[in-house]
Amino acid sequence: MKLLIKNGQIIDGKAGIEKISDILIDDGIIAEIEEDIDSSGCEIIEAKGMYVVPGLVDAHCHLRAPGFEYKEDIESGTRSAAKGGFTSIACMPNTNPVLDNEAMIMYILNKAKTDGIVNVYPIGAVSKGLKGEELSEIGELKFAGAVALSDDGRPVNNSSLMKKAMQYASMFDITIISHCEDLELVDEGLMNEGYYSSILGLKGNPAPAEEVMIARDLILAEYTRASVHIAHVSTELGVDLIRNAKRRGVNVTAETCPHYFSLTDKACEGFNTNAKVNPPLRTEKDVAAIIEGLKDGTIDIISTDHAPHHFDEKNVEFKLAANGMVGFETAFPLAVTNLVKPGHLTVEELVKKMCLNPSKMLGLNKGTIEAGKVADILIFDINEQYTVDISTFESKSKNSPFNGFKLYGQPQYTIVGGNPIVREKVLL
Amino acid sequence: MLMLIKKGGSSPRRQSKVAFTEMQGMDVIMNLKSKDLLGLRDISAEEIQYILDTAKTMKYIVTSNNKKTAHLQGKSIITLFYENSTRTRLSFELASKYMGASAANISASSSSVSKGETLLDTGKTIDMMGSDIIIMRHPMSGAPHLLAKNVRSSVINAGDGMNEHPTQALLDMFTILDKKGTIKGLKVSIVGDILHSRVARSNIWGLTKLGAEVSVSGPATLIPRDIEMLGVKVYSTVQEAILDADVVIGLRIQLERQKKGLFPTIREYSRFFGIDDKRLKLAREDAVVLHPGPVNRGVELSSSVIDGEQSYINEQVTNGVAVRMALLYLLTRRGSNNEIVD
Repeated sequence: MKLLIKNGQIIDGKAGIEKISDILIDDGIIAEIEEDIDSSGCEIIEAKGMYVVPGLVDAHCHLRAPGFEYKEDIESGTRSAAKGGFTSIACMPNTNPVLDNEAMIMYILNKAKTDGIVNVYPIGAVSKGLKGEELSEIGELKFAGAVALSDDGRPVNNSSLMKKAMQYASMFDITIISHCEDLELVDEGLMNEGYYSSILGLKGNPAPAEEVMIARDLILAEYTRASVHIAHVSTELGVDLIRNAKRRGVNVTAETCPHYFSLTDKACEGFNTNAKVNPPLRTEKDVAAIIEGLKDGTIDIISTDHAPHHFDEKNVEFKLAANGMVGFETAFPLAVTNLVKPGHLTVEELVKKMCLNPSKMLGLNKGTIEAGKVADILIFDINEQYTVDISTFESKSKNSPFNGFKLYGQPQYTIVGGNPIVREKVLL
Repeated sequence: MLMLIKKGGSSPRRQSKVAFTEMQGMDVIMNLKSKDLLGLRDISAEEIQYILDTAKTMKYIVTSNNKKTAHLQGKSIITLFYENSTRTRLSFELASKYMGASAANISASSSSVSKGETLLDTGKTIDMMGSDIIIMRHPMSGAPHLLAKNVRSSVINAGDGMNEHPTQALLDMFTILDKKGTIKGLKVSIVGDILHSRVARSNIWGLTKLGAEVSVSGPATLIPRDIEMLGVKVYSTVQEAILDADVVIGLRIQLERQKKGLFPTIREYSRFFGIDDKRLKLAREDAVVLHPGPVNRGVELSSSVIDGEQSYINEQVTNGVAVRMALLYLLTRRGSNNEIVD
């Protein structure tokens, strides 16, 4: 089967090429990128006036399977990803059982083959059972197909174990994704410590709880020369610490998530549990610093931290509500609306942060549009505005603070391996 | 818009907000805008003033020989307490009974809550039995807001976590008004554990709305971050805080805060933030001393201050019943034939 994408504004995600051209896909592979390709025998997608970019790569999501299928599973999670323009996603190991051994990694890969509609890459646990006590079988995880290591959801509290994990992981050339949180400083904090926590009477989780741990892991990364990726950066000082480490030549990358440049802790007003997330939403000053970090390249990657939770887990007292928000179906439009539209990033820069950079960090051969590569492609219209409606989400969970937001850049087509699974905004 | 009607209800008239202020003391009934009272943050200065005005009548009933009226006849009022309480609970219960309501209590420890029932399931069960008002105390901030959104009954917040305790602040304000005649322009100093105090937050909202100048002081570990953004002054010594104050409100210091490392010892707390006769002299001569109770004698306040002439701690308790009667009455009147919705 041949597929021809006509007259799209192509951004290849790599060489900085931006041109109006056609893309011919043959048997799932990009065959040709040229103007006026002969359309005979092809299914045609007319992309005039739209951007054609590499399919998005998410370095950080929670598919909840196995163990929490009432929140999400591989099928619903990958459908949600596809709707949001993602063609490859890396899922975190905080499932039940934990993805801390070869068999669990193979389970995810097999399940993804039968139930998944986008590429799924499991991330293995740093420590057995995410307990932070003993290293998991990192070598076996890597050879089974784990693309990175993380105890995400929890910090590796023991600094000595983190140092050993970095040293050991370097041997297998696999990156450690660090969830930075000093639990003593968090001290049961429920939202960012500041004006809004003070007036809502909710216990504050201070920015230093994140920053102290970022500093620790940057120091350990420099010492061990390991490849370390800092997950979900949310604070001004966090960005600055990473900027400084990069200047010192530390082998570190960093990510932020759309909610950290789109919302502040004000969103928790009215005890809105959909705005409860970890790290917590911060202040305007932090949002400005996150955007600055994205602009100057300190922050390499925008991840979703897609964290589905059942309605009943959010429709409770704020203190009891689960942390996290679904992200697949709003991540790209939020980035387009809040980063590209105001002129902070070009479309090309945004595409790098959501395609090639995460792909590189995870060691995948994804994130670009090139002849000879598998055709994972996203087509979107930057000028069409739409209103977020959580009831239309493909995810099993609807815990989003963005319901009713007016955004730009909704994916029109998502093509995975040459197969257009989202057409004209509709998931097949 | 405020909802106003003429007493007697024969020819209801619409009035503007301005007109109401001008008509203070006249036969005008105002209805509260919300079905619930969740905090003083959410209600207007006019509504606060109206509750306090209504409480004056109620105080007359509380202090009279025959404490029975028919204001709440046929109304069902439930207290749902997830935390221990003596005075607040009893105060609400008596307020309900003095006005003829059917009142019942639920304690978290002796109910299906201990079997793991969620707040919303418990709340909906009470609601479906025909309750008109649910009065709730809960250890978690925002719990009454969650309940209010999910039940038909009015919800009164009787203290939620560290957030608000609006009826305590109302009775504090009632007491201040009673003694000072006004709240506008008064210097009110709140001393103690501001961070964990729902009483402090409600007082800050209410008192600043009525024009008082509020300051807070206490150990730096017990002052909420960025609290000055609420328009309150923050002092690091109690001496500065109570200097020339018209009102001094002491807060209860909880022993478990010391165990969590927020201050070294009760002894040191008392030395730096306890209020005794000498320190009280820094305040204005006619300054009023209040405390939400229960007091740790010799810690927040010395016994001589508690029992002294400037202390109105006991009178606060009486006023608490009056304020709660006023509030129950005003909330149950909503939705009745007397109401105009505009």
